[in-house]
Amino acid sequence: MKITRRQMIVLLPAAAVAWKYVLAGTPEASPNYKMTEHWWSMLIDIPKCIGCGNCVRACQTENDVPDGYFRTWVERYNVSDEDMTNPHVISPDGGKEGFPVAQEDGEKYFFAPKMCNQCADSPCTQVCPVGATFISPDGAVLVDQTYCLGCAYCVQACPYGCRYIHPVKKVVDKCTLCYHRITKGLTTACCEACPTGARQLADLKDPKDPIHEFLKTHSVQVLKPHMATGAKVFYNDLDGSVR
Amino acid sequence: MNGVEGFIYPNEIALQWSVLIVLYPFITGLVAGAFILASLERIFRVEAVKPTYRLALLTALAFLLVAPLPLILHLGHPFRSPEMYFTPHSTSAMAMFGYVYMWYLMAVLVFEIWLDYRREIVLWSQSAGKWTRWIYRLMTLGSSNISEHSLAIDERVGWIVTLIGIPSAFLLHGYVGFIFGSVKANPWWSSPLMPVVFIFSAMVSGIAAVMLLYMAIAKLRKQKIDISCVDTIAMYLFYTFIIDFSLEMLDLIHRIYEADESFRSLNFLVHTQLYIPHIVIQICLGTLTPIVLLGITQVVKLPEMARKRIYSVAGCLTLIGIFAMRWNVVIGGQLFSKSFLGYTTYKMGLVTKEGLIVAVALTILPLVFLWVLVKLLPPWPEKSVPEAAAAD
Amino acid sequence: MSVFKDARHLFRFAGLFVFAFLVFLVVRHDVVPKSFGQYGHYRGNAIGEIAAHPIKFAGHQACESCHTDVLDVKAKGKHANVNCEACHGALAKHADDPSTVTPVKPDTAVICAQCHTASAAKPKGFPQVVPEEHSTGLPCETCHKPHSPGMDAGGAK
Repeated sequence: MKITRRQMIVLLPAAAVAWKYVLAGTPEASPNYKMTEHWWSMLIDIPKCIGCGNCVRACQTENDVPDGYFRTWVERYNVSDEDMTNPHVISPDGGKEGFPVAQEDGEKYFFAPKMCNQCADSPCTQVCPVGATFISPDGAVLVDQTYCLGCAYCVQACPYGCRYIHPVKKVVDKCTLCYHRITKGLTTACCEACPTGARQLADLKDPKDPIHEFLKTHSVQVLKPHMATGAKVFYNDLDGSVR
Repeated sequence: MNGVEGFIYPNEIALQWSVLIVLYPFITGLVAGAFILASLERIFRVEAVKPTYRLALLTALAFLLVAPLPLILHLGHPFRSPEMYFTPHSTSAMAMFGYVYMWYLMAVLVFEIWLDYRREIVLWSQSAGKWTRWIYRLMTLGSSNISEHSLAIDERVGWIVTLIGIPSAFLLHGYVGFIFGSVKANPWWSSPLMPVVFIFSAMVSGIAAVMLLYMAIAKLRKQKIDISCVDTIAMYLFYTFIIDFSLEMLDLIHRIYEADESFRSLNFLVHTQLYIPHIVIQICLGTLTPIVLLGITQVVKLPEMARKRIYSVAGCLTLIGIFAMRWNVVIGGQLFSKSFLGYTTYKMGLVTKEGLIVAVALTILPLVFLWVLVKLLPPWPEKSVPEAAAAD
Repeated sequence: MSVFKDARHLFRFAGLFVFAFLVFLVVRHDVVPKSFGQYGHYRGNAIGEIAAHPIKFAGHQACESCHTDVLDVKAKGKHANVNCEACHGALAKHADDPSTVTPVKPDTAVICAQCHTASAAKPKGFPQVVPEEHSTGLPCETCHKPHSPGMDAGGAK
């Protein structure tokens, strides 16, 4: 490819700026991150989810999630007109390889991605007997896997079923909101891989975060609001039948 | 999929808490119940049950020594369990375990047994065999003072320990009930009644266990059973059972009446997977049958032989029933999905760390410990005064 | 005092407790991690350890810094908001060492169908086809440029 001088004048400064971005993406450079300046949450836009399973696969790759266990998964709902309280739900292998084709039958369908809700008043951190799971000052619910006993009390206490005991490490594992990524200016693996923008990371302490505007102008819900968990994963257009 | 029905969250396929976690409340329940029976004599001066006083304390100790084992075997990292002592999380009921256990073991049970046996321990340390003498010597803590005044002090302090021991026993087992009852995510568990039901079912199981052990050991030693003692224990068992049954029925009726969002799912569970463990074993065989049997002995004056047979059957059924209750709470609470749309099944291993063989071994182990304790600290009146002791 | 003489064994028992408690305090001071309690009831260093996990997805900014030509095409088409690694997989290794680590090109016969296979469950406005009827077995890139797949926007080959 031949580069003309004019192209170089444009490309070089652009490359310099881009190089800064690249540096920001590398593991070593995150000295400017201050936990108190962030309060992490997530927006899941139900009408945009196509059930492709990209997020489930990306999470498994990024976080070495063992087969048969899920830090995030996608559910497909089929709600009949007569009984909204009894939807037919499937999640084949967590939706990792997508879903079987649904035949057109006039029924109501949609997809609901699920993950750890990063609860501000999490019942899981409440019950940990030793302090191995906690919410970080910037709003991520994390597990200290060198301290966890593997008693599984937190797994019992989570209303959303997002925790599991790692089959090899024998400690609790769960979605960390890709803490190792978001503290470096990257987004989570699931958001990165989502082709439709159905999943968006949000920083509730950042006034310039576009999600703020979205939250102000749309009806959003959390899962199981009656549990008062302070869930921070907000769903747009969440149907009442979602469990 | 294997054993899964309907829709469950993908991480819910395998149960987290196994039969070992069923065993733990069963064992601590026996401890608390046996202790309450012992305190009947000490605090409430029910003289009739005196023959079982020391046996009840030793039974409680034998079971308490085994109690942490199922928990430690269940942990993913057992060697990190001291963390519960070093950094207990004050918002976690489970964090209480280490301290409540240690308090109850040392400041209540061991202290009370030591105070009650101290006179014999001092005498045995002087008269026992060459090797066992050293064990007794250690237990005297170097003091051979068994003057009347010191024994009177022991009696007084022991009374206070027993008095403190009653709420301590309730705490030891009540907190287990709270561990389950405070989990809002699980509607089968979440209930303010849970600690109360646990405590009363503990009392039922402990009383039944001591009654059975007393009759069995007397029979093995070819001693005469003090029938008025057993009659009194059976009476307390009967009335405690009535309270326990009422509490469980209250929970059930309340649940059926309110029929909240979890009811449809739980109702289906009780009619299918839990039908035999809950309806047949826990309620019919394990609660109603013993209550009726014991009720008969309270109302009709039957000959001694018949009463002993009824007590034995009722006692065994009671223990089975209370074990079933623990099973239905722990295992039952994990069989349905928190989506209320599906179910999974419990696959109990055979030779695995948390399998059937380990569970059976942990149930037998307390009896082994009890045998050792009974040999070391015989609870029998005729054996407790060694020949070497003159009147003092 | 005679009461103390006759209660000496009780003081010994209590003494055992006190001794055990002191031993416990010493061990506890030694064993509890120093950063415990820094931010709350947990090991403060855990936060840094978790933040130091290796990264597998480079993030689209990393790709766009070098592959500006692709970015130009993609930004104008229907896949403008589809991030690179959504199709190309995790490529942090490639971003760190572009010359040695060469990614495998995704097979359009497989990857496009993951999103675009028609299903009544998918949102109605989302472009979806029945693959066998639509492409009669041909790989999608026969007619569609993956980075700007719309037929109307000059995406057709």
